[in-house]
Amino acid sequence: MNDQAHAVEIREVAKRFGDFTALHPTNLHIGEGSFVTLLGPSGCGKTTTLRIIAGLLEPSQGDILIKGARVNDTPIHRRNLGLVFQNYALFPHKTVFDNVAFGLKYRHVSRDEMADRVAKALELVQLPHLADRFPRQLSGGQQQRIALARAIVIQPDVLLLDEPLSALDANLREDMRVELKRIQDQLGITTIFVTHDQAEALAMSDRIVVMRDGLIEQIGAPEEVYNRPASEFVARFLGNSNVLPGRVESRDDRAIKVAIDGVGTILTEAVEEEGAAEGDPVRVVVRAEKLQLAAPEAQAEAGTSILPGGVEAVDYQGQAARYFVSVNGHQMQAVNAIDERPFRKGEAVSVRIRARDCVLLPSSKTEG
Amino acid sequence: MSGERPQSPTLYSAVGGVAGERGGAETPSVSAPARLRAALKRIDIGWSLITGYTVAVYLFMFIPVAIVMLLAFNASQFGAFPMEGLSFRWFVALWNNDAIVRAFRVSFLLGGLTALISTTLGVLAALAIVRYRFPGKNLISTALVAPILVPEVVLAVALLLFLRWLDIPRSFFLLLCGHVIFTLPFVLLVVQARLVTIRRDVEEAAMSLGAGPIATFFEVTLPLLMPAVFAGMLFAFTISFDDITGTLFWKPGGLETVPTQIFAMLRHSVSPEINALGTVMILLTVGLPLLGAGIARRMARTRGG
Repeated sequence: MNDQAHAVEIREVAKRFGDFTALHPTNLHIGEGSFVTLLGPSGCGKTTTLRIIAGLLEPSQGDILIKGARVNDTPIHRRNLGLVFQNYALFPHKTVFDNVAFGLKYRHVSRDEMADRVAKALELVQLPHLADRFPRQLSGGQQQRIALARAIVIQPDVLLLDEPLSALDANLREDMRVELKRIQDQLGITTIFVTHDQAEALAMSDRIVVMRDGLIEQIGAPEEVYNRPASEFVARFLGNSNVLPGRVESRDDRAIKVAIDGVGTILTEAVEEEGAAEGDPVRVVVRAEKLQLAAPEAQAEAGTSILPGGVEAVDYQGQAARYFVSVNGHQMQAVNAIDERPFRKGEAVSVRIRARDCVLLPSSKTEG
Repeated sequence: MSGERPQSPTLYSAVGGVAGERGGAETPSVSAPARLRAALKRIDIGWSLITGYTVAVYLFMFIPVAIVMLLAFNASQFGAFPMEGLSFRWFVALWNNDAIVRAFRVSFLLGGLTALISTTLGVLAALAIVRYRFPGKNLISTALVAPILVPEVVLAVALLLFLRWLDIPRSFFLLLCGHVIFTLPFVLLVVQARLVTIRRDVEEAAMSLGAGPIATFFEVTLPLLMPAVFAGMLFAFTISFDDITGTLFWKPGGLETVPTQIFAMLRHSVSPEINALGTVMILLTVGLPLLGAGIARRMARTRGG
């Protein structure tokens, strides 16, 4: 175990509020310089985790280590963290300059150096001309950039971002996402990002920690979490997924044949660690965009399952369309790029599922 | 029936317009005044009566005050009409009356100290109640505000009896304590109301940047709280300056505040000097809060509300 490599480590940390457990005992390592996202719906414990790391909440148990040192008893103002809040939390009575310089006052920095560092931080967030303004004179996006500048100017050990983009409107949010990632890359600062927005998580993170009900569901790189969800919850939370309950019909070392209840059989790729034996109940997860609709006469290729279906509803989105397809009475979702024209409601189609796009989950865990 | 039917929705919308205005909306429904006028025509007589009555009540309340202020400038020996010319002689007499000047000094000292102590305690209490959880919080919060609800005479007698029972003689210090007790709720309520609007995350941001709890209070919380602190201080001062009931019970012998001095003077005769004194009191107790409210509003603006 190499403690130096971990910027932040939490060991068996839990938080209980009376009878309510906000966070079950949790372990998490966050590597130096990485961008880690805590992702989940509200009440999943992601903000609780962040606030515990920040020192704004005391854990009911467990240890928090920053740069290898236990900080449980270090109050927030001595932890050297940069914190950015959803509602910016700028000091309304101070100018932009004084806002950004605030943290430097407690770090014995000379006047010249202070002015220098504030100017650099403002340049980094591309707002060098606003130093004399007051926060209320700035737009939401500008305020959030200033908040970011204020957090990074102190060169914190860890940058903690608590839903920093969710107060911004949609277009601005995407710009800020790119901007935030650029700044993080440039500084190489360890960052923990809390969000409920899967698109943000996928776009920005080195690693995503998917949380639910105070427990970690899955940790992995964005592609891993997206393509190989470890649970039905993860599959459904990140994008649109079809989760099809069925039973293993047969398997060899290359493929597993699954009989989906009332639908038909599909081939899935055999992955070593999946110990599904013949007759086992399983669930097959297929992402909506991997469900390919084609004309009904299309032929099956090797490694592809074809099911007959009919389009029930079309949600036209311009470059793509989302279809609700009925396959033997079961509804599935497909998001397909539009070739010439979208399929129409009531049209008969063939639904094609490639074996390597299927993820097999054991059905022992019952989930909602 | 048919005559009444349109009337009630019109009245409702008129009321809605007023409520919207109070809620801070810049443009209340344009048609509301027009429809209100139409409705008013129908209930003309009733409305005139209400208007007349309201005006009468206000006249009844303010005419004596106006008369006192007017007569303060009367050159005549007697505080009565007709006036015999304008003069500042009663104000000069006031200035030369040692007892009154002494009473003013006592009142200013008492009011100033009351404001200072009440505000300090009020800010601390508001912080505790709004920002922290502790056992007995509701009880303490209620107890601190209770002096507003208890009639002042009852409070005055109770404190006096309590002191008697403890065998503590009346003194300036105890008078000050009394004033602090019943001005504290005003400060507390004003400061508390402002404090709940100061977002916790602004303080958390300050702490994350390296400011300890005390630095955070002085750098962030207090500056944002300042308009309320200032308003509370003025409240405390004016209430203390104005008070007579409690003061009569608590003041030690020989010590007079302005109100008790006026009260004592009135027992002998109604001198025109009292009119002048009354005018000064009115200007102080009305002018100060107005001035304060103006400053507080300006501060709230520059501090970003």
